[in-house]
Amino acid sequence: MASSDLIATDIKGYLDAHARKDFLRFITCGSVDDGKSTLIGRLLHESQLIFEDQLAALEADSKRVGTRGGEIDYALLLDGLQAEREQGITIDVAYRFFSTDQRKFIVADTPGHEQYTRNMVTGASTADLAVILVDARKGVLVQTRRHSYLASLLGIRHVVLAVNKMDLVEYSEERFREIEAEYRGFAKGLGVEDVVCIPMSAVHGDNVVTVSERTPWYQGPALMEHLESVEVTDARQATPFRLPVQWVNRPSADFRGFSGTVMSGMVQPGDRVRILPSGRESTVTRIVTLEGDQPEAVAHQAVTLTLADEVDVSRGDVLTAAQAPASVADQFEATIVWMAEEPLLRGRGYLMKIGTARATATVSPVKYQVNVNTLEQQPAERLELNEVGVCELELDRAIPFDRYDENPEMGSFILIDPISNDTVGAGMLRFALRRAENVHWQAVDIDKQSRSDLKGQQPCIVWLTGLSGSGKSTIANLLERKLYALGRHTYLLDGDNVRHGLNKDLGFTAQDRVENIRRIGEVAALMVDAGLIVITSFISPFRAERRMARSLVNEEEFVEVFVDTPVEVAEERDTKGLYAKARRGEITNFTGIDSPYEPPEHAEVHIETTRLTAEEAADAIIASLRERGIIRV
Amino acid sequence: MSTILTHLQRLEAESIHIMREVAAEAERPVMLYSIGKDSSVMLHIAQKAFYPSPPPFPLLHVDTTWKFREMYELRDRMAAEAGMELLVHINPEAQEMGINPFTHGSAVHTDIWKTQGLIQALDKHKFDVAFGGARRDEEKSRAKERVFSFRNAQHRWDPKNQRPELWSLYNTRKNHGESIRVFPLSNWTELDVWQYIYLEQIPMVPLYLAKERPVVERDGTLIMVDDDRMDLAEGEEPQMRKVRFRTLGCYPLTGAIESEAETLPEVIQEMLLAKTSERQGRVIDFDSSGSMEKKKQQGYF
Repeated sequence: MASSDLIATDIKGYLDAHARKDFLRFITCGSVDDGKSTLIGRLLHESQLIFEDQLAALEADSKRVGTRGGEIDYALLLDGLQAEREQGITIDVAYRFFSTDQRKFIVADTPGHEQYTRNMVTGASTADLAVILVDARKGVLVQTRRHSYLASLLGIRHVVLAVNKMDLVEYSEERFREIEAEYRGFAKGLGVEDVVCIPMSAVHGDNVVTVSERTPWYQGPALMEHLESVEVTDARQATPFRLPVQWVNRPSADFRGFSGTVMSGMVQPGDRVRILPSGRESTVTRIVTLEGDQPEAVAHQAVTLTLADEVDVSRGDVLTAAQAPASVADQFEATIVWMAEEPLLRGRGYLMKIGTARATATVSPVKYQVNVNTLEQQPAERLELNEVGVCELELDRAIPFDRYDENPEMGSFILIDPISNDTVGAGMLRFALRRAENVHWQAVDIDKQSRSDLKGQQPCIVWLTGLSGSGKSTIANLLERKLYALGRHTYLLDGDNVRHGLNKDLGFTAQDRVENIRRIGEVAALMVDAGLIVITSFISPFRAERRMARSLVNEEEFVEVFVDTPVEVAEERDTKGLYAKARRGEITNFTGIDSPYEPPEHAEVHIETTRLTAEEAADAIIASLRERGIIRV
Repeated sequence: MSTILTHLQRLEAESIHIMREVAAEAERPVMLYSIGKDSSVMLHIAQKAFYPSPPPFPLLHVDTTWKFREMYELRDRMAAEAGMELLVHINPEAQEMGINPFTHGSAVHTDIWKTQGLIQALDKHKFDVAFGGARRDEEKSRAKERVFSFRNAQHRWDPKNQRPELWSLYNTRKNHGESIRVFPLSNWTELDVWQYIYLEQIPMVPLYLAKERPVVERDGTLIMVDDDRMDLAEGEEPQMRKVRFRTLGCYPLTGAIESEAETLPEVIQEMLLAKTSERQGRVIDFDSSGSMEKKKQQGYF
């Protein structure tokens, strides 16, 4: 490397140049068999970070316990803990360091066995880029998909597919292109923006540090070159200003500063900030550091700010750009990665740490679990160690946040078991289910109350749930007619009709069903706000979704109606011929056949269609609405 | 427009973030101060983290009475300049037994003075969190060390039972009797430390720079004769050699290297062109393969 000349001749010049290096954190994914340890060992070796004494120890170890027949076994450089060295496996995330003239690198090296998800998610949480190894002989495997999914889940936007062991396929371009094409197709589906595929042999050093002559057909960069030059535009600088307050700095009565790390954006004296969750505003007066006051502070910097007003700010509060503040909420949908032997338990309170704030979070039933190998979404009751799922969280207090995909530092959290104090889960906030009041709603003069007063009614959602063919649509239609006749203002949202418009982009996978119901819930909630009595008619098989819909309105505004028809009876009726198709396997994920229906536990109205006619059922619902004071006529 | 921070600015900010988390969440934190270069960087960053307040915790030096004299001088000066309380703990049992590296060997000496001494001091003052200057790049067993490393009531470390650390979220909750070792410099390398000292002009023990010093050669290691307690063998005569130290500990256990580097940039230059790793000068690591890990399990840092 050219820098070694500079070290020898002009050390001060070298130091000045190196003081300006930037920083890249990446993660390597793959199993020992893919040659991952060999690859990292070689990167360390080639960047001259292995000293002679270490090399001597390595040579001795290679002869004693190496797996390369006495040849240097770079993997041995990396195995840290004696116990695992004896077992021949690495069991934890290891952090390695090397640097070149351009950059300092931190590598999170994660092992590939069954503890993988926990370890990889840990390593990926701080990485800008992922190097995913595949064996050229084996190509894209289940684990390759798993690695890629987890990287994308954690928001990593740059992926290098290192197609290793090219020496064992005679450096075949055809084989490489085949793997590349398959992988690119897959990565596109995950939404990974930047994918670079490199043919490699870590053992022989091909395309690791320098471009190999044995792959003349390959025009791209060697791995090191790519790592040095990849443009990792720092999204954190482009997002609005956020500073979670870590510590209130009060050396004396006349100084009160707020210390914390700028998690995103930038701030200057004179900037208007909104303090969340309180919503109070003030102006930044100084950015205080030991080196003197600064004209600005940017993402990643740890600073102390003072404010113009005597406002109450404490640890856990977030200073945010007044023009683009964060949201505040106490109920969320979140993706959770479970990291403990004890499964995630519904209804149990966990301590949640998000930024510098703490809350107690209760997890409602898991909405679905993602199979990290197939990426399929499956209904699940709980999450076990190393499982990934989407859940609802209810907090004991409102907290400031941003969605993880918009601002990872403001949307990531850990869950702590209050008894063992262990970190048991890691999570990413997807969206708020109910926003805390008075914070982000645009205040309007005409509100729900005035709209419903004009109509002379109390708005609500009458939520009909039941199997396909249970009679929901018939009952819903009759119910609306009866309400109309009573002079009530109504709207009927029906499954089939909605799927022709609002939800025509959705299919019938578990995820799409969840999204289907989420949209309907939101639309129904808006209509309630408009003062209407909304009737919805959807199978809505999962309790969690119905609970989510319920959470969007006030408790007394949600009337759940269980249209209870035994599956045999519904199948017997089969008005649309769907059961027959499902039985023939022509449609999958059909509720009652190959997808579960979770009956309501506490429905406000329970209609047994084997005992009541549709007319009687509609009347029973009207009676219930009268009882609840929703209609008074 | 965006400002790209350098790697040293990023590392410094991360260290400050870690220290503030501890200050906010620990009951009785303390910063271990060994007067070496890593400790000096840690102390320097602590001053930045809490300015204009002084760091809200004391410094603790677990003394073995066998450090280099120049280390003691710098220690007292630095604590005073930082406006921090300096606690010095000297293991009374070790003092009474007269434990020394010559008659008891490096393993016993280190265990009783440092490992036991540290545990005594933490227990005596009921410190629940102790900052240490260890880095992940120092030794293989440290690559997997957490930033927040938990010790049970017996101060033992269980490598299989450490908490995952994600994003910049640190779980500081501890069980009854547990204490935490926190390593704010985890992601720094030796070169980062030297470069930072150079850029920030942090005061250092002069022993890091080459100078004529009286040394004897033992088992291929150059040991400096820092005072008259040095147990010289028959016919062993200290010689003046131009040496410096890459790492500092108890003087009889710390090997010097011959060097011409009289300034910090020259030290960095020699280090970059060097062929041996930093810890080679420490006698303690040579006991057996994996020895650092064993010592850690027993409570040594």
